[in-house]
Amino acid sequence: MSVDEQFGVIKLGAILKVEHVSKIYQADNGEIEALKDISFEVQEGEYIGIVGPSGSGKSTLLSIIAGLIKPTSGDVYINGNRISGISSDIGYMLQNDNLLEWRTIIRNVLFGLEIRKMLTEENIEYAEQLLKNYGLYEFRDKHPSQLSGGMRQRVALIRTLAVKPKILLLDEAFSALDYQTRLAVTDDVYQILKRENMTTLMVTHDIPESISMSDRVIVLSKRPAQIKHILNIEFPEDVRTPLLRRNNPNFGQYFNKIWRELDVHI
Amino acid sequence: MSTYEGISEARAAYLRKIRRRKIFVAATQFLILAGSIALWEILGRLKIIDSFIMSQPSRIVKTFVHMLNNGLLLHIGVTCFETLIGFLLGAMIGTLIALILWRSSFISRVMEPFLVVLNSLPKIALGPVIIIWVGAGSKAIIVVALAISLIVTVLEMLNGFLSTDSETIKMATSFGANRTQVFTKIVFPANVGTLFNSLKVNIGLSLVGVIAGEFLVSKAGLGYLIVYGGQVFQMDLVMCSVIILAVVAYLMYQAVVLLEHYVNKIMNLGIK
Repeated sequence: MSVDEQFGVIKLGAILKVEHVSKIYQADNGEIEALKDISFEVQEGEYIGIVGPSGSGKSTLLSIIAGLIKPTSGDVYINGNRISGISSDIGYMLQNDNLLEWRTIIRNVLFGLEIRKMLTEENIEYAEQLLKNYGLYEFRDKHPSQLSGGMRQRVALIRTLAVKPKILLLDEAFSALDYQTRLAVTDDVYQILKRENMTTLMVTHDIPESISMSDRVIVLSKRPAQIKHILNIEFPEDVRTPLLRRNNPNFGQYFNKIWRELDVHI
Repeated sequence: MSTYEGISEARAAYLRKIRRRKIFVAATQFLILAGSIALWEILGRLKIIDSFIMSQPSRIVKTFVHMLNNGLLLHIGVTCFETLIGFLLGAMIGTLIALILWRSSFISRVMEPFLVVLNSLPKIALGPVIIIWVGAGSKAIIVVALAISLIVTVLEMLNGFLSTDSETIKMATSFGANRTQVFTKIVFPANVGTLFNSLKVNIGLSLVGVIAGEFLVSKAGLGYLIVYGGQVFQMDLVMCSVIILAVVAYLMYQAVVLLEHYVNKIMNLGIK
């Protein structure tokens, strides 16, 4: 086998590999075991939903993948490279859009490039193209406070995409929005991400949201979080958007399955 | 009503009501001021109050005109200069110390009890020490003004820095921002409002420091005029200086407000 072919084989492998990741937090009143032996793989272009009871360490898992915190044991690999620290291959979107009020939309969008000192003409052009593609170009000189919640979320997404990440992490990225806006924004974001063929990991406590967007849903247990189940989500060819998925008969079945797995008690 | 063309009757009535309320407030304020001055003058003329001790508006005006030809502007200038220097030094050094404390949680934890004690200590008490250390004169007065405003600035700015939204910082960190970038691009711009709040408090505190300093040691300044007037029992001079001081304090405060508006405008234009 030639070198080229070998590389070809590697490329076809998982873009993200999480191997035996555990996390134990040290607190004043003792140890908190947040994650226990989490392992999974993600293929390029996949949309993965991660659901679990609140406080189960879902966000901890994303923070570890993003390199913001170190796992107690275990490793994370992106394209076969073990990550240590913040990786430029990762885009991270949080619950709030975190737009900077004192910056215009375009300067908010360029924020990541500015931090990474990558404000080249080509990259700026790409960011402007994203604004154009997603209908925000005319707002480039406006301030975040002049935009609606849904538009702000879209700006935050473009800010993340502008640094050309290979993997996008969404940490409850839509839960700050009201229900109607959220349905519209998830539809919107989903189509943007599919168009950009973005590999995405989305943490959410909202089961319907995870079913409506994901190719696979990882169900985590209570703390310490372990993988309880990985569920393949399949819909007919013509059911392409989150809103259409919500109206499909498969939707209810998946919901019941995940609901049972989560084993929610009050 | 030609002023309210093209709007509904109810809206016009609402706007009229708001305007009337505004005028009423301004008129009442003016009446209180004019009334007190007039009452003061009349009571003095009727010898109901002793205008030698209480002074009198007409005598204050006379003193003011007399002083204008005898170096009043110099005294005002000296006080303004000392206040401004103390104020600017306090703001800059205070913000710098707050930055150091924000960057190192070790230093900030070590310094905490000292800062609390220094904050509660009446800094005027250090006046004699400062005079002996830096020498009598303008320098000592500026240091007194600085001492009064510095700790407050440090505490307020540090508090602002530390309460910057942690999610926004996390966003910047996830792009790989280092501590310096987090400070210059997130923490500092997010606290421009805090800075101006502390500047507004500081302009008053610096004036307190300067006047107290001038009481202790000076050859010029409004504080000097007040003390001198008291010593020679010239109440007209004391009152005149106090009123000028009030106007100076107001104008300095307004200057900070104006600067704040200006900075907000620049930031909203999104200039790099």
